Amino acid sequence: MNFEFSPEERAFQAEVERFLADHLPRDIAEKVHRGESIGKADTERWQAILNDKGWLALTWPTAFGGTGWDPVQQYLYDEAAWRAGAPRTIPFGLNMLGPVLIAFGTPEQQGHYLPRILNGDDWWCQGYSEPGAGSDLASLRTRADRDGDHYVINGQKTWTTLGQHANKIFCLVRTSSEGKPQEGISFVLVDLDTPGIEMRPIKLIEGGHEVNEVFFTDVRVPVANLVGEENKGWTIAKFLLGHERTGIAGVGLSRQTLVKLKEVAASSRRNGRALIDDPLFAARIAEVEIDLAAMMITNLRMLSQAQGSPGPEASMLKIKGTVIHQTLNDLARRALGPAAAPFPAEALAGNHALVDDTQARNAARYFNNRKLSIFGGSNEIQRNILTKMTQGARR
Amino acid sequence: MNFEATEERRMISDALDRLLAEHCDVAKRDDTAFNAPYSNAATWQALSEMGAFAALATEEAGGLGGHGFDITTVFERLGRALCCEPVLPQLLAIQLLSSAGSDRAEAAVTGNARYAVAIDEPDTWFELEPLQARATSHGDGEATLNGRKSVVYGAPAATDLLVAAQLDGRTALFAVDASAVELHGYALIDGGGAAEVYLRDTPATLLIADAETALHAALDAGALALCAEAVGIMDVLRDTTLEYLGTRKQFGVPIGAFQALQHRFVDLSIEIEQSRSITQLAADRLAKADGSRTVSMAKNLIGRTGQLVAEEAIQMHGGIAMTWEYSVSHYAKRLTMLDHQLGDRDQHLYRVMAGLRD
Repeated sequence: MNFEFSPEERAFQAEVERFLADHLPRDIAEKVHRGESIGKADTERWQAILNDKGWLALTWPTAFGGTGWDPVQQYLYDEAAWRAGAPRTIPFGLNMLGPVLIAFGTPEQQGHYLPRILNGDDWWCQGYSEPGAGSDLASLRTRADRDGDHYVINGQKTWTTLGQHANKIFCLVRTSSEGKPQEGISFVLVDLDTPGIEMRPIKLIEGGHEVNEVFFTDVRVPVANLVGEENKGWTIAKFLLGHERTGIAGVGLSRQTLVKLKEVAASSRRNGRALIDDPLFAARIAEVEIDLAAMMITNLRMLSQAQGSPGPEASMLKIKGTVIHQTLNDLARRALGPAAAPFPAEALAGNHALVDDTQARNAARYFNNRKLSIFGGSNEIQRNILTKMTQGARR
Repeated sequence: MNFEATEERRMISDALDRLLAEHCDVAKRDDTAFNAPYSNAATWQALSEMGAFAALATEEAGGLGGHGFDITTVFERLGRALCCEPVLPQLLAIQLLSSAGSDRAEAAVTGNARYAVAIDEPDTWFELEPLQARATSHGDGEATLNGRKSVVYGAPAATDLLVAAQLDGRTALFAVDASAVELHGYALIDGGGAAEVYLRDTPATLLIADAETALHAALDAGALALCAEAVGIMDVLRDTTLEYLGTRKQFGVPIGAFQALQHRFVDLSIEIEQSRSITQLAADRLAKADGSRTVSMAKNLIGRTGQLVAEEAIQMHGGIAMTWEYSVSHYAKRLTMLDHQLGDRDQHLYRVMAGLRD
């Protein structure tokens, strides 16, 4: 066993760090370090810089314009990017639809859509969840009825993340109501400019707008927009949910969050001393630091073992990674004491500011990130997947 | 980065598994685990011959390994077999005698000398000071010791003791002939033996006058070994529990069909993987600058997950795991009581906390 990165891997890491130092716009990095949300313009600016370098689609093969990096390289990039303050790239086209089209799309679909994802022509969003179908996607009811060479879509999608910025949506729709609920689902690509689509914002627990509901009324979509076979969308849905493995544990982000947590705890005071020297609070930080150190190795072990298509280890990483991140958010909120309470805008108001602008968002971030154990297949669903794996292997 | 065990370590693993299957049958374990001297001479001899102790020592000390991963390889297999032979005190002794540059190291590496290491006292747990045991020097490295040492693992089977005691205000390390001390041996709740050791003008040989660094290094190696032993035990408890979930029926179905148990089992599996990860990290770091803190991180996590895995394995098995007859009870006890050796989770958490600002 050897836990040191190889000379090649270290050289790669240095190359990544150099690139980030030279090309990541300072104003964007400062916003990320302050914990501000990054708007569409900055996201597109950064994605264009990465695309010029050929580093935008981390998980794609080079034949389609991706990096072709192995999982350890992807991990090293991810960590360096968080350290440097790079904003996250938008996963819907890059990490979700892209791999789906590469695996299931026609050459025409690949040739048309993949370059548009890379060069920023399309901003995709995801039409999976419905009011009655969250982690239980098999019960989705949005219908796509065949009418000549079109589907006519009726129904409602929800939790559509960053849909307000998108011009396209990939949807799971019901094309047949026969057989088991998992059968009869299809994966279609929809232009959001098509008549009959309405998107409405959903205001979230902390006051922000990042998700939406999308209504479909007699929306006509060409059959050519079907990906894979009709009624076989469940296969794609499963592929997609398990696909994002490299970043799913969120090690890079959590390590950055831990650094910030220690800073807050060092500058907050309780009982006449820095909070980081308070034994009870220090113990809580130390324990989550330990959990995260173990997580980092678990992540690397699983990446190094992973061969071919993603496996259920992604579920393990999702559960542990999200819980650790939520714990970090919880401690960061509590580290501020009463100063965590003001609504972010008020907390930042001029001379009366209670805390600096990084810390002002700690409570909001805590509340917003309760989503981590719910979305992408709730952590309970991940446990069901792991149960099938472990008990299935034995029988 | 490479997570594969080397060919050599895989061979040691396999050889140890075969040896332990023959010598350390869990069903027959009681004979050794709860009867003085809590060690089986034939098992000890076999461990020695297959090189189990040599793997724990560097080449300079007459061994074949001594790296963190050598230690974890050996102790993970001992854990899987629930072997109660006092290999841990032998590891500590090998480390300490190597640090001292003592020619006694060779006899420890071959297993011909059997060591117990006496540090803890009735009022001093897991710490090196202030130790109450005191040494009086008579020159030429000869000394006499006075004091009491508590829960000295492996002492009932030991031929030699290494004793930490105060000399001129510092913690020093001495070698003592086991026959020269008053020793009250007893069985431990999780099997194996220890003793209360009374030093009354006991003749001793000074090995290291200022032994704190050497002791800390040895204790780190020992804590790492315990982590690996725990991981071996956890793997067995996980497999046994999984098997049970699939075979034990209630209300007409295997209890593994109940989601309440499925999710608990999954969480347990995740914690075991985390335990394996932190132990491997600690093995990698052991001799490096951040080795001590990383070992403490591992020992803390193992303390937490060890209790969880033990309690959950019992709970998911139900009444059967409460019986002496069934091996899960013994594995669960050992896994829990590991946290009472070489620093518990709180002790190690303090050490991790101390480095938070670094």
